[in-house]
Amino acid sequence: MVAGLLRRTWAMTWKDVTVELRARERVNAMLFFAALVLFIFNFALGPDREKLREVAPGLLWLAFLFTGMLGLGRSFQAERENECFEELLLTPGDRESIFFGKLAGNVLFMVTAEALILPLFGILYNLDIWAYLPSLALVAFLGTVGFSTLGTLLAAMTAHLRAREVMLPLLLFPLTVPVILGSVHATEAILAGQGLGQVSHWLKLLCGFDLIFLVVSPLAFEFVLEE
Amino acid sequence: MEGRTAVTAVQWTSEAGSPRSRASLAAKGFGAAAALVLATGLYLGLVVVPPDAVQGDVQRIMYLHVPSIVTAYVAFFVVFCASILYLWKRDLRFDAVAVSSAEIGVLLTGITLATGSIWGKSTWGVWWTWDARLTLTAILFTIYVGYLMLRSFAEDPRAAARYGAVLAIIGFLDIPLNHMAVQWWRTLHQPSSILRPGGPSVAAVLLLPLGINFAGLALMYIYFLLERVRLERIRHRTAELRLKRGRRG
Repeated sequence: MVAGLLRRTWAMTWKDVTVELRARERVNAMLFFAALVLFIFNFALGPDREKLREVAPGLLWLAFLFTGMLGLGRSFQAERENECFEELLLTPGDRESIFFGKLAGNVLFMVTAEALILPLFGILYNLDIWAYLPSLALVAFLGTVGFSTLGTLLAAMTAHLRAREVMLPLLLFPLTVPVILGSVHATEAILAGQGLGQVSHWLKLLCGFDLIFLVVSPLAFEFVLEE
Repeated sequence: MEGRTAVTAVQWTSEAGSPRSRASLAAKGFGAAAALVLATGLYLGLVVVPPDAVQGDVQRIMYLHVPSIVTAYVAFFVVFCASILYLWKRDLRFDAVAVSSAEIGVLLTGITLATGSIWGKSTWGVWWTWDARLTLTAILFTIYVGYLMLRSFAEDPRAAARYGAVLAIIGFLDIPLNHMAVQWWRTLHQPSSILRPGGPSVAAVLLLPLGINFAGLALMYIYFLLERVRLERIRHRTAELRLKRGRRG
């Protein structure tokens, strides 16, 4: 049962990764967009290093989330544009495997983008991120999983709507306020030199959010895909 | 499944929404009661009871502010329950209750934000501040405005009902998480003066109009809900008649 679910999930993820490796339309766009966002922030806020240091955690997460949003929107729209939605539904086995497969792909693409944004961010804004890399990676992962879990569910839903490009961020941002607050404040504390122990309440909140929606979203996904 | 739902829809709408039906008369009864009770409560609150010792007359806005947000939470809880029932039973009546209740909840949350903002301007000196409860109310408002937008962009009513139900359930589960996050983030709001250990800190004479307004808004909520559900029935009925005429022609 579990082995079958894992195998089908893996097949789904592998399909998305293969498509991505061949077409390169998602991650490339995400990376370029992320670099642009970091540039634009600089123009919007000026080169004052002290000021930038204060708002850096927020900027970093805005870059992560805007970039992630770009990738999430594509995950089901691509299926729709290629008229693959029906085939997706005909896949034997539980629908959960489609959800987890898509989710794994989305997390993977977003983490890839983050792995490039983070060093670029450190260089452009003169921040010493290297000393805190493991803690930052943990927070980034927890935040990304939470954001992508609800994001994958809502992307599947909005792919069928009129005005789908607009609706995904409109629905996702308000629902992921706990993730945004938790990630930004944990990152802020870490960059200020505090250990993970100081931010354990935010980490617990992120873990709680991830767990709740990792359980609820696959169940809700069945109702979204129903045709 | 789809066949069964379609039948339910027809049965439901075929006797729908005459203004002289018993349901409609009951709704109007609730409406009249709501108007009467709210008028009494507001008269007592705005005119009869003495002004607050510290805050003065502006405190009177509380008589509308507090009952509004409580009724809004009730409305969103009803959306949550009706959405679960819809996904379970696939009866469009539950969906009609969900969407109607969500609209009223958004209205009441809007009233809460507006009255709170006016009160804040005169007490704190600013229209808006990122205090925990203000922020939470604003998040709630955006989630349910999103819910209504999502429904309006769906291509057919059954998809709107399914997507709406899923979003309503997710949104409601999100409230406690938001609450925790925002609480840790900041707290500036005047602490609750009625639901607190050691009994209310508000004089009994001030509690009377508050209680009456609670009842008045609850009645108004029921009135709006009944009328809005009736409107939804008429909508479904109209859509069905159009479909039938289209088939014959």
